Amino acid sequence: MKKKVLATLLSVAMVSTVLAGCGGSSDSASADSSAETTEADDAAAAEDAGDAAAEEGTEEGTDEAAAEEEIPTSTFGDPNGTHLEMWTFVELHGQHYGNMVEMWNEQNPDRTIEITCTTYPYADMHTKLLTSLTAGTGAPDICDVEIGQFPNVVAGESTWLVPMNEYAAPYLDTMVQARMDVYAGADGNYYGIPYHVGATVMYYNAAAMAEAMGISQEDVIAKIDAVVTWDDYAALGQEYLDAVATDGKYWTSVDTAGCDWQWIAMAEYGEDWTGGFGGTANVQLDSVKKMLTMEQEWVNSGLAEVSPDGHVDLEAGFQNILDHNIVSFPKAMWYMSRFTNYMPEESGNWYIAKCPVFEAGQKCSVGIGGTGTVVTQQSANQELAAEFLAWAKMSEEGEQLIWDNLGFDVCNTVLWNDDAFAHDDSNQYNQFFINYPYDVLYSIKDDIGTVYTTAISPTINEQMCNVTLNDILENGMDVDEALQAAQDVVDLEQ
Amino acid sequence: MSKFKKFFYSQKAAPYVFVLPFILSFLFFWIYPLCSTITMSFQDITPTGTEWVGLKNFSKLLKDTVFHTAILNSFEYMILTLVLLIPFPMLFAVLMDSRLVKAKGFWKACLYVPALTSVVISGTLFRLMFSEYSTGQMNVITAALGLGTFKWLKMKATGLTALLVVCCWRWTGVNMLYFISGLKAIDTSLYESAEIDGASAWQKFRYVTIPLLKPTTIYVLTISVYAGLSMFMESYMLWAGPDSPNNIGLTIVGYLYKRGITKNQLGYGSAVGIVLLVIALAINIVQLILNGTFKKEED
Repeated sequence: MKKKVLATLLSVAMVSTVLAGCGGSSDSASADSSAETTEADDAAAAEDAGDAAAEEGTEEGTDEAAAEEEIPTSTFGDPNGTHLEMWTFVELHGQHYGNMVEMWNEQNPDRTIEITCTTYPYADMHTKLLTSLTAGTGAPDICDVEIGQFPNVVAGESTWLVPMNEYAAPYLDTMVQARMDVYAGADGNYYGIPYHVGATVMYYNAAAMAEAMGISQEDVIAKIDAVVTWDDYAALGQEYLDAVATDGKYWTSVDTAGCDWQWIAMAEYGEDWTGGFGGTANVQLDSVKKMLTMEQEWVNSGLAEVSPDGHVDLEAGFQNILDHNIVSFPKAMWYMSRFTNYMPEESGNWYIAKCPVFEAGQKCSVGIGGTGTVVTQQSANQELAAEFLAWAKMSEEGEQLIWDNLGFDVCNTVLWNDDAFAHDDSNQYNQFFINYPYDVLYSIKDDIGTVYTTAISPTINEQMCNVTLNDILENGMDVDEALQAAQDVVDLEQ
Repeated sequence: MSKFKKFFYSQKAAPYVFVLPFILSFLFFWIYPLCSTITMSFQDITPTGTEWVGLKNFSKLLKDTVFHTAILNSFEYMILTLVLLIPFPMLFAVLMDSRLVKAKGFWKACLYVPALTSVVISGTLFRLMFSEYSTGQMNVITAALGLGTFKWLKMKATGLTALLVVCCWRWTGVNMLYFISGLKAIDTSLYESAEIDGASAWQKFRYVTIPLLKPTTIYVLTISVYAGLSMFMESYMLWAGPDSPNNIGLTIVGYLYKRGITKNQLGYGSAVGIVLLVIALAINIVQLILNGTFKKEED
């Protein structure tokens, strides 16, 4: 009898440990994901992840994926309203929807919404989204998707995502068309709603230049405004470097882990290495060659250094700017928030101007980075979610908050020239920079080119940032040779 | 009742009942994924449907230079870890087992603690230490030594060094423990008789310790070969993602992750996984045959 009891006990114990094994892990997993943490003060960390993402975002952001254990979740709106789930990789984005949902509920008391925004680290969020879309279950109603990752998500077209055409229609006439197009699927439907244009401009540290060159800030600004071509830009840089005459000081830094410079060149010549939707990718473009050759010369002549850690939107890049090791660089308008967040002591020093061009008369800017927000087919309230999303990101109310809180160059061009909107001195970005950012944006209104983000983009970006740019700028490889190698890799994928 | 009783007391059934939990979990978590990986490697899996593509994924792998880089990196890393992580832990284990070292518990703990820390945290710390900016710890050290600063994670040699530093920091203690347990199993009378025969310390190590440690060494070798080839976390954390300059930190599993997870090309990712499996199996089988593991004890 004893034996029998013992045997039974043992087998029960064994079976239960097996089950406990399975159960245990799934338990802890679900506990993790639903952990209702308050909006912890890791806003900075979460943001970082997103910022990185706002760039081309292949590699950055993942560090936070690791470092950040807490998942900030916030719920806004009417507890009795329709519940929507929203995922993002930038906590501030979630707060934007929080603000917008309050406003929506006031305007639509019969159709109130409660929204729960969860901020995941950049890489985690995109992996989770792709996995849940593939699995057909577990995806949120609304989700932010970074432009570099967008091709992977939009590949699912209307199987995965809700076409936004109908919901975006009321706002389309004032929107920058190119920004809607970048979030379109191969079937021509719009699947993502943009936050910003991401127009690329040139940032100059006018204060540091004035100090080094021994002239007034006004004179420096006059010199900057006189820059038209890249030759002018290099000449001004040389003038600054001659004046400063210190080792370790450079005019600018060129990127090995980001393709911004190449994008600018392509936009200036009206080229696009992806070939657009349905086109054939070709990285051996004249514009790209010209830019790379110029960058290589600058590195060799000491005019430019290679950005520490690969590009300026990283901790080392911020430090480099704070140390005044570089005093100018091109970056999209959204980089303004990096100044206010990470380099507040630079307030009042920086001047924003349009980018130089190769030949006078060319376009001088390009929309870089961005986040398209999608509504998934898994949503139980697709219509409400889509309508709310379009309103939250494209209406004037929404655009106002995007500019005030997120510091983006909004896609509604009518606002660019709106005095109350663009010249509001209580806005932190207007306070931070010497000139009004929107004045620059308005002046280049018709000069913003487009480089598409298509299915081949992640491959091109990866090859460029991992291999080609390093070979050319760090290892001094011949530009044609490096681009041929890149083309071979790209060809394998198309 | 009697049937039940019979079943439980049956000499034949009981062993199966006891191994059942393992078999079930093995089938469910290993065999099933393995089979579905094999099928998936012959498919092209897109959001809108799955298509059989035959050997297309594998023929693409043959032409994929990035994948070749990944294989080379993994091999280099594996071989260097074998060179570093077998002799040194063995040496430490012998030291720990000898009378030369005091406070053994303390030293053992010191060497073992890294294995308990999360790679995620330590990897992030190492990445900051190996930063190319002049304030990174390693650059502070090399600058103080008059060697100048390095772009650690941008160059092949220094990048590999960084990876090996992380790896040794992490695994030395674990391998040392394996060797210590191996040493404990060696009969002390063998050393005594060697001493009587006038053997020097080196001769005792060479002719008694090493041969008798062979089973442990083979075990450590086998797991190190696989661990080396399948390394992912260390490189992922050091470069904050699967991308690194000139792909110096790309490993086979890193490439699998990149294709399968971040690019959602599960078919192609599966093919990468199959290649890794074949390589690891081939190396280990050859290695085990050479070491005579498959021979009968008596031979």
